[in-house]
Amino acid sequence: MDWMVWTLPSALFFATIALMLVGMTIWEVVQPSTFRRGLLPLKTTRGDRLFIALLSSAWFHLGWLGLTDQPVWYMTIFCVIWLAAVLRWG
Amino acid sequence: MNKVENNRAWFFVLPVLVLVAFSAVIPLMTVVNYSIQDILDPHTRFFVGDEWFREMLRDSQLQSALGRQLIFSFSVLAIQIPLGIAIALCMPTRGIWVAITLVLVALPLLVPWNVVGTIWQLFARGDIGLLGVTLNSLGIEYNYTRGSTAAWFTVLAMDVWHWTSLVVLLCYSGLRAIPDAYYQAARIDGASRIAVFRYIQLPRLAGVLTIAVLLRFMDSFMIYAEPFVLTGGGPGSSTTFLSQHLATMAIAQFDVSRAAAFSLIYFLIILAISWVFYTIITRATKD
Amino acid sequence: MERTKKIGLIVYILFLMIPIYWLINLSLQPNRDILGSFSLYPQNLTFDNYRRIFTEAGWARGYLNSLIYVIMNTVISITVALPAAYAFSRYKFIGDKHLFFWLLTNRMAPPAVFLLPFFQLYQTVGIFDMHIAVALAHCLFSIPLAVWILEGFMSGVPKEIDETAYIDGYSFPRFFVFIFIPLIRSGIGVAVFFCFMFSWVELLLARTLTSVDARPISVVMTRSISATGVDWGLLAAAGVLTLIPGALVIYFVRNNLARGFALGRV
Repeated sequence: MDWMVWTLPSALFFATIALMLVGMTIWEVVQPSTFRRGLLPLKTTRGDRLFIALLSSAWFHLGWLGLTDQPVWYMTIFCVIWLAAVLRWG
Repeated sequence: MNKVENNRAWFFVLPVLVLVAFSAVIPLMTVVNYSIQDILDPHTRFFVGDEWFREMLRDSQLQSALGRQLIFSFSVLAIQIPLGIAIALCMPTRGIWVAITLVLVALPLLVPWNVVGTIWQLFARGDIGLLGVTLNSLGIEYNYTRGSTAAWFTVLAMDVWHWTSLVVLLCYSGLRAIPDAYYQAARIDGASRIAVFRYIQLPRLAGVLTIAVLLRFMDSFMIYAEPFVLTGGGPGSSTTFLSQHLATMAIAQFDVSRAAAFSLIYFLIILAISWVFYTIITRATKD
Repeated sequence: MERTKKIGLIVYILFLMIPIYWLINLSLQPNRDILGSFSLYPQNLTFDNYRRIFTEAGWARGYLNSLIYVIMNTVISITVALPAAYAFSRYKFIGDKHLFFWLLTNRMAPPAVFLLPFFQLYQTVGIFDMHIAVALAHCLFSIPLAVWILEGFMSGVPKEIDETAYIDGYSFPRFFVFIFIPLIRSGIGVAVFFCFMFSWVELLLARTLTSVDARPISVVMTRSISATGVDWGLLAAAGVLTLIPGALVIYFVRNNLARGFALGRV
């Protein structure tokens, strides 16, 4: 494992993603999700919305880093809210 | 087909999952780790956070490589897709010529990528190549190792030579799938050749064309070996595309951390484009 | 109309064949002729370039190395892709669509992204410079491809066949091996073709993950470039020889090929 040069932040990041996947799987088993049309312009399931939210968050971060000099965690906070919003209303 | 719900199907997928995770997830995690540290040697490293990302996003070399890449990929699509459709329409539909033309047309696809570069190097050089010598004797100044325009067009011609056949084969099989009844109906209506193409053939090709565009865009977006052998990215950096820029950074300069940040940006672009295409394809097949 | 079509096709095929003809032409000339006199056909026909490749050490080894890892890769990919494709074509399960998409992104991902970690990973595991290293690395794109192609073919087999076999008392493994696999034979042919093709043509990973023992032919080819300049005849001859496996594979699957493309799964 040493060659993978782990750091605490990246470990936390991947742990969060893994937990999300586990959580989504359990949620799906307990209560299967249905296709639905929300604010996003296409029909999605819960998993689709999570993916869309994560991918767009990554792009928001890139945009933030590329265009501003502000600390990155401003964007991270916004993205957490964004993630919840997309999951709920997307 | 209506599928049965069965979560034990996961056991069938497990071997694939383990293998691909071994060769995709572990490396990807490592790339993320690299990208947020300054690694001097395996035991001396510092956490730097988002520094490399900021630097890479503002890096003018990267931006121009991305620009060249986009222009190249769109030129590839603009030439290969129409040309591929046209050649597919010209292919014979029955008789012994079908197999012969298929084999001849498919041949460039099976040439190792570095050999594609070699073939074009031997073909286009001004001293020993047929193309180079012919152009020069016609009085056209052509030397792809010196002139950046010549180099760029040679790489483009090479890609057209190498990959148009993929579009041809995809469209050819799409055309084969159109039932004869459609053509008979068109003949009764007295439809012109153009009308047949516009209203019968083109709509039925939509599915394979989406896939052709996706594959050609993605593969041209990661083109590496052919220009590497032919021009080495030069002259200057006129034919240095993204993959080569990345490989130079990672292997030649061993600049691990910057290369990793660059890789992740590259990967996110790929991920977004594939997702858009995948959504289009799956929706098209559902309708 | 028919005439224009024929002319268009002939022009295209000429465009494809002329560079290959030129490669063969150069491979049959001594270097003196290549550099000295420009000629459309070999004036002093010689097979010396080929003779050197077959007699000098290293060349044959390079071809063999390439073939070994390509075959390993094809076998691994098809073996694990068969059950997975069956699952995707027959069952709905949690996360199936996302899994399928994730597999495809690996087909689209540029190998350059994974280059350094592969290098580190394989050195850590101790398989660097072994054939299996390249074979595993190529699995990155050949497994998704195989799953994609096979899933298309399997979806074309009616599900009633599975059900009838179970009613007749077949166990799953027996059904899969003796009934199902023969039904999708041509699909397996196409999948083998594409796994073989993409592994055979790839350079970047094969070059980075090997140094001496498993060095592929594409790396050996750079030996024709020495301090005194490029040995063009030798390079051309080596290039011609790399075309042969591809041409053979195309010839054997030419009938299945059109069907594979018809499914749009490449």
